[in-house]
Amino acid sequence: MSVGTRAVPTGAATGTYREALREAMRDALRRDDRVFLMGEDVGAYGGAFAVSLGLLEEFGPDRIRDTPLSESAFVGAGIGAALGGMRPIVEIMTVNFSLLALDQLLNNAATLLHMSGGQYNVPLVVRMTTGAGRQLAAQHSHSLEGWYAHIPGLRILAPATIDDARGMLWPALEDPDPVLIFEHGSLYNVSGALSDPPAEVDICHAAIRRPGADLTLVTYGGTLPLTLDAAQLLAAEGCDAEVVDLRVLRPLDTATFLESVRRTHRAVVIDEGWRSGSLAAEVSARLMEEAFDDLDAPVGRVCSAEVPMPYARHMEQAALPSADKVAEAARRVLAGG
Amino acid sequence: MPASPVSRVAATGDLRIVGQAGSEALVQLLTPEGERVDHPDYVVDAPAERLQSLYRDMVLARRVDEEGTALQRQGQLGLWASLRGQEAAQVGSARALMADDMAFPTYREHAVVLCRGVDAVQIMAIFRGLTHGGWDPHRFGLAPYSIVIGSQALHAVGYALGVQRDAARARGPARPAGQTTGSPVAVAYFGDGAASQGEVNEAFVWAGVYNAPVVFFCQNNQWAISQPAERQTRVPLYRRADGFGFPGVRVDGNDVLAVLAVTLSALQRARDGGGPTLIEAFTYRIGAHTTADDATRYRSLAEVETWKLKDPLERVKAFLHRKQLADPAFFEQVGAESDALAARLRRKCLGMADPPALAMFDHVYAGEHPPLRRQRAHLAAYLDSSPDPGEVPR
Ligand SMILES: Cc1ncc(C[n+]2csc(CCOP(=O)(O)OP(=O)(O)O)c2C)c(N)n1
Ligand SMILES: [Mg+2]
Repeated sequence: MSVGTRAVPTGAATGTYREALREAMRDALRRDDRVFLMGEDVGAYGGAFAVSLGLLEEFGPDRIRDTPLSESAFVGAGIGAALGGMRPIVEIMTVNFSLLALDQLLNNAATLLHMSGGQYNVPLVVRMTTGAGRQLAAQHSHSLEGWYAHIPGLRILAPATIDDARGMLWPALEDPDPVLIFEHGSLYNVSGALSDPPAEVDICHAAIRRPGADLTLVTYGGTLPLTLDAAQLLAAEGCDAEVVDLRVLRPLDTATFLESVRRTHRAVVIDEGWRSGSLAAEVSARLMEEAFDDLDAPVGRVCSAEVPMPYARHMEQAALPSADKVAEAARRVLAGG
Repeated sequence: MPASPVSRVAATGDLRIVGQAGSEALVQLLTPEGERVDHPDYVVDAPAERLQSLYRDMVLARRVDEEGTALQRQGQLGLWASLRGQEAAQVGSARALMADDMAFPTYREHAVVLCRGVDAVQIMAIFRGLTHGGWDPHRFGLAPYSIVIGSQALHAVGYALGVQRDAARARGPARPAGQTTGSPVAVAYFGDGAASQGEVNEAFVWAGVYNAPVVFFCQNNQWAISQPAERQTRVPLYRRADGFGFPGVRVDGNDVLAVLAVTLSALQRARDGGGPTLIEAFTYRIGAHTTADDATRYRSLAEVETWKLKDPLERVKAFLHRKQLADPAFFEQVGAESDALAARLRRKCLGMADPPALAMFDHVYAGEHPPLRRQRAHLAAYLDSSPDPGEVPR
């Protein structure tokens, strides 16, 4: 990838997750002329979640493209543009609608390198909102990043912090393989310190967000804040929990959480996806396979109830992981063994 | 129109309609100024009572819509998608349906729902988050709102194929196939944005190939959230039908009489075994996309004002006035009915109880299922022991 000027310091000391994502796009659009953004309502509207607000004014309709309403079309066209040497950023409004583009993502983006004998790279970046918690009902509240993490050929990123929101896009664009970035809807308004100049982040490793000695809480994306809250609750009870943020859901960095659990001997995995066949199941299986002798208790899991997400606020909250549910699961794991 | 039963003969009988879809120009029978104009393909003779009742439907639909917006603003509903400006398109098409026809609506088709005989309170219950469905699809000939854009067009086609099959079975082996005379028709409602989805275009292919008794009713309200209709198509939408092998017609979607006539004609064609029709109702979304949207971000107030001059209610009112087809008492009575409906709606809406949290497990499968039962028990135990149960009803 041709690199022009380096990342421009924003001067802003704090910002929201949304602003960090926007700055990442602005920076990429300035640095590389091959980069463009397309999707539904990304132009004048600024994106369904206002991430691209203002970019149309700066970069024009050629590079900030409102497309006809078809997910399959803009993902497919993104693949084609990437094959031809462009660096498209495709925005899918939400993960729910990515299902209309599943063939393009799985049968095409994820396999073209393989099917072309290594000759055809697909340097495509797809961003989408994921997750529940905002009263959007069953068809607008899925957490399907775990599904996508099942697919060889894709790199799956789940930025949970401001620095990751700011820093993951550029390496994703530099990656010759297709990258899917999942932005949890509950994070857009979270604000925090924005490193200036932006922190360099990798898109290979998990990160320890809170060091601790007694128990490992493994999570990613939208459930990181509530997991950190749970660690606070546990701290008040004398339990020092370590929090691992997976960040990269595929290829999954096993070493970081294994190393953590080898020290703490206990683990709870928190994942907003449905429990059966979830990413939480994968992490648990790897712990069982590779750290069985280090575990003092069975691995705990906190996932969403296996129902289509309810619309009513109290029902939705009851269906989702919460800090309290994590703390409860942690207490059970601490009591066991 | 609280829970009035759908008339079996819906819109036939008092209307005489000659002709079929396929004409080039916009079909209009009532100008924005309320002048009656003739159309060669749709010769309509509508009695005063019919016009009054269409007007009443539109007034009540607009009132329900206003209440929806107000209740959302007051925090009583999660969201509301306003139909304002589209009353004629929805009432005209829905009043063309027979009771046993099947409509497949989107999240904006509140007037269709009302015309099918559903109590407006049911719509509020959905947007309040108390139920996902609200009405009995079989009883009212009305599928649940479709929220994932375009998917319902295929459902309508599949339903129509079933209707064809039923008709063939009823006829028995000795009778010629290919006709569905007198049997129900499926109607797919969708928007200009949805017309870009593969699923909608695939539905067109299927309907054409199988000559399915389906009417595609596209409300081109000029916007798909922030994107204008030009971003979805290079030719007028109704002309796409030609490429799929069935007629398309563009009707003034703010003219309830024209919409009624065009839809009746398309339905009859489908009942007679003539296959699908694409109706493009040319209309306008006066409000924002939903209560979560601010339309001033992407469109001019001048454009909205231009369309307000083509208001679907005003032209009928003007016509009724001018021709002395309704007296002041009629308008007063409709106004009073609308006030009463609004008051009842608010009272009922605010009085609806939240469902228990554990109801989330009720409709995952048709029957019981052990792992789900375990999850339910686990959640029940958790909620009971929760240190902060708050207001959560179990
Ligand atoms: C498959 C899918 N993609 C995106 C969305 C988000 N979305 C909701 S409404 C809408 C615009 C639909 O426009 P149109 O079909 O014209 O219907 P209108 O809202 O104007 O009635 C979009 C893009 C969705 N619900 N489903
Ligand atoms: Mg529209």
